Amino acid sequence: MIAYIIRRLLYAIPILIGVNLITFVLFFVVNSPDDMARMQLGAKRVTPEAIEKWKAERGYDRPLVWNANAAGLAKATDTILFDKSMRMFVFDFGRADDGRDIALEIGNRMGPSLAIAIPTFLLGLFVTVSFALLLVFFRNTALDVGGVVLCVAAMSISGLFYIIGGQYLVSKVWNLVPISGYAPGLDAGRFLILPVLISVVGGIGSSARWYRTLFLEEINKDYVRTARAKGLSELRVLFRHVLKNAMIPILTGVVVVIPLLFMGSLLLESFFGIPGLGSYTIDAINSQDFAVVRSMVFIGSVLYIVGLLLTDISYTLVDPRVRLK
Amino acid sequence: MIFKPVLLWSDLLLWSLVAGAVVLALYCRSQDYLRRAWRRVGESSAAMASVTVLAVFVAVGLLDSLHYQPRLPAKEGSSEIQYAPEVLSALDALFADLRLNNEKTYSAPLATHGFAKETMERDGVQTRDYPRLVFGGAHLDELSQHDADLRSRALSGALKGALLWAAFTGVVVGLLALAQRRSYADTCRAVWRPRRSAERPIAWRAVFVTAAVLCVLGGVIAAWADGYHVFGTDKVGQDVLYLSLKSVRTALLIGTLTTLVTLPLAIALGLIAGFRGGWWDDAIQYLYTVLNSIPGVLLIAAMVLMMQVIIDTHPEWFETAAERADARLLALCFILGLTSWTGLCRLLRAETLKLRELDYVQAARAFGVSDARIMARHVLPNLMHIVLIALVMDFSGLVLSEAVLSYIGIGVDSSMNSFGTMINAARLELSREPVVWWSLAAAFVLMLALVLAANLFADAVRDAFDPRFQWRARRTLRRAAA
Repeated sequence: MIAYIIRRLLYAIPILIGVNLITFVLFFVVNSPDDMARMQLGAKRVTPEAIEKWKAERGYDRPLVWNANAAGLAKATDTILFDKSMRMFVFDFGRADDGRDIALEIGNRMGPSLAIAIPTFLLGLFVTVSFALLLVFFRNTALDVGGVVLCVAAMSISGLFYIIGGQYLVSKVWNLVPISGYAPGLDAGRFLILPVLISVVGGIGSSARWYRTLFLEEINKDYVRTARAKGLSELRVLFRHVLKNAMIPILTGVVVVIPLLFMGSLLLESFFGIPGLGSYTIDAINSQDFAVVRSMVFIGSVLYIVGLLLTDISYTLVDPRVRLK
Repeated sequence: MIFKPVLLWSDLLLWSLVAGAVVLALYCRSQDYLRRAWRRVGESSAAMASVTVLAVFVAVGLLDSLHYQPRLPAKEGSSEIQYAPEVLSALDALFADLRLNNEKTYSAPLATHGFAKETMERDGVQTRDYPRLVFGGAHLDELSQHDADLRSRALSGALKGALLWAAFTGVVVGLLALAQRRSYADTCRAVWRPRRSAERPIAWRAVFVTAAVLCVLGGVIAAWADGYHVFGTDKVGQDVLYLSLKSVRTALLIGTLTTLVTLPLAIALGLIAGFRGGWWDDAIQYLYTVLNSIPGVLLIAAMVLMMQVIIDTHPEWFETAAERADARLLALCFILGLTSWTGLCRLLRAETLKLRELDYVQAARAFGVSDARIMARHVLPNLMHIVLIALVMDFSGLVLSEAVLSYIGIGVDSSMNSFGTMINAARLELSREPVVWWSLAAAFVLMLALVLAANLFADAVRDAFDPRFQWRARRTLRRAAA
């Protein structure tokens, strides 16, 4: 098991290097730092001196991959590739365009993102799985058909409408919770309840339908018939037997997401003014702060790879047949 | 010529996609197993109803993809022909009234007066009141007629819609009768009350019922749109109905053009990885793992940001604003395609791994057929159901993601109409007092109709083409029969 984990971690390195190269090509080769400077300073009527100054301030005035003027090891390290890309491997992200330390900012914004993502995740999982099991319990009845139709309708609505509608109805018309904002500590509950609710409701449609298909596939297997033949109640069969055996496909979709939770939700956070990583990313996209976007891309892929590894490990926990070697 | 045709890149691609679909349809007709699968799609009422709805959307989108520059009136003393700088489409020409009849600012649906009070002079006295709209209900002499006018217009519109529907139904039933070599009355009866037989009939009834609803609804809206702003107007006084119709093309383009990038990549790489194995497999797997491990929105954001820099630093590449918006839209499709081929590629690779061990592929190998030929002739046709299912299932997701991306500000050009830009604008309108709800509602209704229809259709296609689902469908049928 430990050997397996170590091997998987080693396997992650070439993938991360690949991610890094892609972002490097995207951010520095497709457009040269000159283009970026021109864009940031306003495309027209910009002097070459201003561009040079902008580049020097942000450390883009070095060669891309090979610095022939430097001495010794600095030939490779005193370059944009090393300074802006390779340093990310030790989570040294440098500074954003507004001069703030990106790593520090990420550390500060992690909390609010998690505060909204974890309740959403747990509650959402619980609600959708229960709803799907309910549909399976009433399979081939009007309730099941109605539920599926509802799911299809719910998943046809853009997430934006859930947010806008929920915000309007709950905060503005009923005046139950503040429209947006955030407070640290226990005070946060007031601000978090609505975004959590909205994203749970918005997610029910597609996931409940997906779980329902999983459960239906499982329910025709022999062990279910055996369990029924033993005289177990249908509810017991569903919750004890079917749910347990459908765990692997559920975990496949779910565990990958766990590490990504801390990236927060782009939409929710920006709509509700929550100072998490999601809104940080959106702000960076809007202000075209390339350093921040690049860092977020890198962190996202690290987390995704961690998620994949966690998924595999979680298999061994729920299914004794799985052995990792 | 009174206009100069303009062929935008997206138009060209869209029309070639339509041509491709026609070729594919002809091919499906010639292949027995494909025809049977499509027949199963036709047997589903939900699928046929959604096809009818989708057809309307597609018609709007295609009309909006015929672009031209109108000719300017000739200047005196000059024989030179000049064309307007703005690029219009057939849809614009068709709905010229909607496009041109702009108010000053917001007005509610079907309103006769503006939404905000204005200072105006009446009988020499300055008062603040709601201004009369320039076009909305301008034909009314007395405002008390407003309700009666709406009612009578709705009635006549509905009647016209019903007539249109009758004509449509008559023609379709006639064609059916001709194709099936039956009498007209027999066909009518068969369509309305299909007989239970071994083969379930094509669900024509669903088509006609949906068409009836659409025709009547369309008739009423058209009758109202003649004198009012049916969905109100937006901040700068543009008709919201017109804006939402224009948004349909953007949504369709994003949903379909993306496949032009996804398909070749996914099919070619998936086939090669699965069939060749070895280092090909390793390299391709590495490629899609890397792409996959970057969170989708972030990768798209990064690419769009880069594209924006390119477009902004090369303004000389684009002659008109429409061309620039078009280039951005295409680039967005391209980027979405580049980030979304991995899932399909993985599926195809797995399936190819299975197929290449089958006897007929081994036999072909033993005959010395080249790898490329085996892939094209023996493996690819057996993968087509996966491709097709993935394509129709992806469509609605792409339409939805366009809205989100445009909202974040990394979607289509802000000068281009799309549901995302409409929703984006609506966000501020909701905080006004009283609320400006209509443009959000219009975007909501149209998007829901489009995506719901696409989802239902995709479900039917999956049921018909996926072997696993067929098995389940047959069993439920048997159970129903027992």
